[in-house]
Amino acid sequence: MLEQERNIAAWFYLAPALILLAIFIFYPIFNSFVLVALEDYNYLQQTYDGFTLTGNFRNVLNDPNFGQAMLNTMLITFVSVPVSVIIALLISVWLNAIPIQKIQGFFQTVFFLPYVTNAIAIGMAFAFMFNRRYGLINWFLGLFGIDPINWINMGASYENAMITLLIYITWLTLAFKIIVFLSGLQGIDKQYYEAARVDSASRARILRRITVPLLSPMIMYITVTSFIGAFKTYTEVIGMFGERLGPPGDPNSMTTIVALVYDALDRSGVPGAMSEAAAAALILFAITLVFTFVNMQVSKKRVHYG
Amino acid sequence: MQNVENVEELYEDEQKIRFKRRMRLALVYAVVIFFAIFIIIPFYWMVITAFKTETQVFMSPPMLWVNPGEWQWVNFSLALERAPFIRYLANTVLVAILSTAGTIITTILSGFAFARLNFKGRDVLFMILIATMMIPGEIFVVTNFLTITSFGWIEDQTFVEAVLAMTVPFMTSVFFLFFLRQAFKQIPDELYYAAKVDGKTDWQYLWGIMVPVALPTITTITILNAMNTWNAYVWPRLISQREEFQLVSNGLRDAFDDTAGRIMYHEQMAASIIVTVPLIIAFLILKKYIMRGVSRSGIKG
Repeated sequence: MLEQERNIAAWFYLAPALILLAIFIFYPIFNSFVLVALEDYNYLQQTYDGFTLTGNFRNVLNDPNFGQAMLNTMLITFVSVPVSVIIALLISVWLNAIPIQKIQGFFQTVFFLPYVTNAIAIGMAFAFMFNRRYGLINWFLGLFGIDPINWINMGASYENAMITLLIYITWLTLAFKIIVFLSGLQGIDKQYYEAARVDSASRARILRRITVPLLSPMIMYITVTSFIGAFKTYTEVIGMFGERLGPPGDPNSMTTIVALVYDALDRSGVPGAMSEAAAAALILFAITLVFTFVNMQVSKKRVHYG
Repeated sequence: MQNVENVEELYEDEQKIRFKRRMRLALVYAVVIFFAIFIIIPFYWMVITAFKTETQVFMSPPMLWVNPGEWQWVNFSLALERAPFIRYLANTVLVAILSTAGTIITTILSGFAFARLNFKGRDVLFMILIATMMIPGEIFVVTNFLTITSFGWIEDQTFVEAVLAMTVPFMTSVFFLFFLRQAFKQIPDELYYAAKVDGKTDWQYLWGIMVPVALPTITTITILNAMNTWNAYVWPRLISQREEFQLVSNGLRDAFDDTAGRIMYHEQMAASIIVTVPLIIAFLILKKYIMRGVSRSGIKG
């Protein structure tokens, strides 16, 4: 077959995917930069008042919720990611130590369940679990003589609401990490462990010197994807607190950066709202880029590929 | 004498080691069970609340158990009356089928091109596609909303337009394209050359040999994609202009917002079960494929 024909044939196979990607992925990337450059853009009338370099970014920064959104997103990221990575790693190691396949398989299923649940549905269940008067958590704490805590109801403190949200997010994100770690653990050559046993190395030492280094590419991968996922937290907040994004009487106290994008989109008819949404999305993108870059740099030094 | 003592000592050591090993295993089980309970409790609380009467729900201290004979199955029909959940479920299934079918077809075709065909710029194009996976979806959402509007799918929205708006932007996926290309690449070249000798065209080879061989991967993609639709919240909320065009997640959230007054938790949890159970059943049946997909996605990193 002529090379020319081969090329044409290939583009025929690629066309459906590429057309969709061009419209819904590539064009939006380009258009985001156009949107943030327009002043008071009104998409319904297709009008704008000129161009601006930083105006739309300033609008995002001046949003009354911006500081709160930034603080919350960072808190969620830097608490829930390390905590869930460590817990997931330990659970996988212990799960892998169970000698009976059937029992291991059963627990694997249990730990995987949160992955296949709807974040809204289970968020509601968490909210009721943490209910001040009728919830399970305060009943349990009561067994130890602890007075009922107002986690997420009317008048709840910021700290309590945030702790509840963090517990829920950790719970929800464990499953994915456990499955990835477990498949990694099962791929480690048993020889390493036998050698360690001959040298009668302690369990902690084996974990630190064999398991973690051999699993490091996966730990790296999970950390990067979890950081990106945590920066994008939004549905979890809706599941637990509803569109109010906070306990009753304290709206937006649990807002996130992604919430800024959707808040702006909800005002889509107002001039400049679309540009503000685009600016917020670009800020989110910039943050993920910086952190992915930092993660990559760290991994160059720490990750053991072999 | 000396010898006998040694043997006894050895025997005692052996016993100690065995005891230690057993203790360690007991500890492993204890910790794993502890965390398993942590995972299970929200599900348990959801189920037990869904079976309570209103009085039982608002009791302090809470009731931890309800006898099966007293289970309030009526809560499920109450939940279904509160909002048109059947309609939402039907919408969700329809959207899931359409967007998954679209995704499967576009990724099979393009996956084949990337895995098997030589064309100019293939590697560059592939790298560009992979790079887009880094970009948060919110970047796309803003402009896609404008695009959908310019297609006329928002104003005076009909059901067909709502479904188009919810499916067309999601009829392909770079991640699944990457995933499928990997599966296609593992199919030995010999099969291709043999098919060529037999006079088969590329098209026949793709559908006759590659697709059947890669079926497990295609199954995985189907499930993961359907799951994404099931859990979609933001996009359907943004574009559906009428309440009855929404998907399950939106319906669930809106039906039980506390701005309407005291939440009927038993109904809320019953509705949550209706939304959650289909996914869990699908998972238990198709566990192998889902796990494979997820762990594979981890290895690629």
